[in-house]
Amino acid sequence: MNPEQFLYAESHEWASIEDTDDGKVATVGISAFAVEQLTDLVFMELPEIGAVVESGKEFGEVESVKAVSSLYSPVDGEVMAVNTELPDSLEILNEDPYGGGWIMKVKITNEETLAKLLDFASYQKQCGQEG
Amino acid sequence: MPIQYKSIIDEHQATRNSATLFDVSHMGRFVFSGSDVESFIDRMTTRKVAGMAHGGIRYSLVCNSDGGILDDILVYRLGTVDGGDQFTMVVNASNRSKLWDWLHSNVASLDVTIHDATTETAMIAIQGPTAISVVNQHLNIDVNSLKYFTGCHAEFDSVPLTVSRTGYTGEDGCEIVVTADAAEKIWTDLMTHDGVSAAGLGARDTLRLEAAMPLYGHELSESINPAQTNLRFAISLKERDFVGKNSIVAAMSDDAAAVRVGLSLDGRRAAREESEVYHNDEKIGIITSGTFSPTLQTPIAMGYVHPSATKIGTELFIDVRGRKIPAKIVQLPFYKRK
Repeated sequence: MNPEQFLYAESHEWASIEDTDDGKVATVGISAFAVEQLTDLVFMELPEIGAVVESGKEFGEVESVKAVSSLYSPVDGEVMAVNTELPDSLEILNEDPYGGGWIMKVKITNEETLAKLLDFASYQKQCGQEG
Repeated sequence: MPIQYKSIIDEHQATRNSATLFDVSHMGRFVFSGSDVESFIDRMTTRKVAGMAHGGIRYSLVCNSDGGILDDILVYRLGTVDGGDQFTMVVNASNRSKLWDWLHSNVASLDVTIHDATTETAMIAIQGPTAISVVNQHLNIDVNSLKYFTGCHAEFDSVPLTVSRTGYTGEDGCEIVVTADAAEKIWTDLMTHDGVSAAGLGARDTLRLEAAMPLYGHELSESINPAQTNLRFAISLKERDFVGKNSIVAAMSDDAAAVRVGLSLDGRRAAREESEVYHNDEKIGIITSGTFSPTLQTPIAMGYVHPSATKIGTELFIDVRGRKIPAKIVQLPFYKRK
């Protein structure tokens, strides 16, 4: 997993796109920058397998001691798998946000929305301006 | 004071396990003088402060004549440095100007002068199981001899300061008031001690919540009567009169008014301010503060519920963003130091 090859939403989710026999599949997580900004995570709600997610729309939530934040899907598609280990071990997000900290795998149904995502360099630039 | 220096949970645990510093200089500090001060302050507070011994400190509420809570405060009778009598009051930052106006509007013809010392002084809280020994060593003050909720004048490196054994975390500790220009020196010196770190507003909130201490704007407001707050110790009714007394006495016999309780929730999702509380399908209350407790590793909340549902163990539901989470009434405080 190389985060430099991932695509990023302005709302800090990443998507790693793979070509499979079934078409394009996105593995989705949240960026190291987001994890650092959220701090003290205590709860995460995963989507259900089979759920339809839409680019820019909420698919779950993550809660820190201080507040609740929505998770927004970077892609259009159907949830094929979720990382069921994650809610009980949220520290994985600090240790390995781009690997073990993956949240869901989505079978992409509309590739056009990928054009809205940022590459690593553009995303880094956005974080620099926010941080 | 920032929300957090690095991590709310780390700062919370550091306060529970060693000692942390909080810059609480934003709290308002009023100094009272004049021959009528003792009776004046006593008439403004729900708790008796007249007759308090020198060195004494009391937590109290200040109400309007309808019994609405204007602020929760500490009244100090530490006297002047040269041994004269003097009262001071520490008020919430958000209520400083409201209280300033309210107090002045009640002075009338009494011999009372109030000085706002907030900006010329700083206030540093050091809290945690090792806090007292750190202060003993660094400031060369014997804080061991200070009982809880007392204070004194002291001096460190020719800097005059006041030290009180008070705090807002549920831990032992002190609050130190110094002139603003000496604050950095005191802070920096305490920070050099091994195991002492800084903590922010986020940890202050989770710590006070575990200790079940109310926060103005959440558990306390002008639409809440002291009789509802579960702070009976802060209301002295015998042989004294004070602003709001009649309304408080009347509210005490109102058996329909919601009262402050503690709740523990199933799962890990925290209830937040304004989450609704249900008994079966009936809405019976509202949450005023909630978080995930770093010490207890479970979501906790305080709120106001109908008196019929306040018994320890009562099973309820809290609507957390559209989902009804099972919860139950628990004993306050959630956390008590050993």
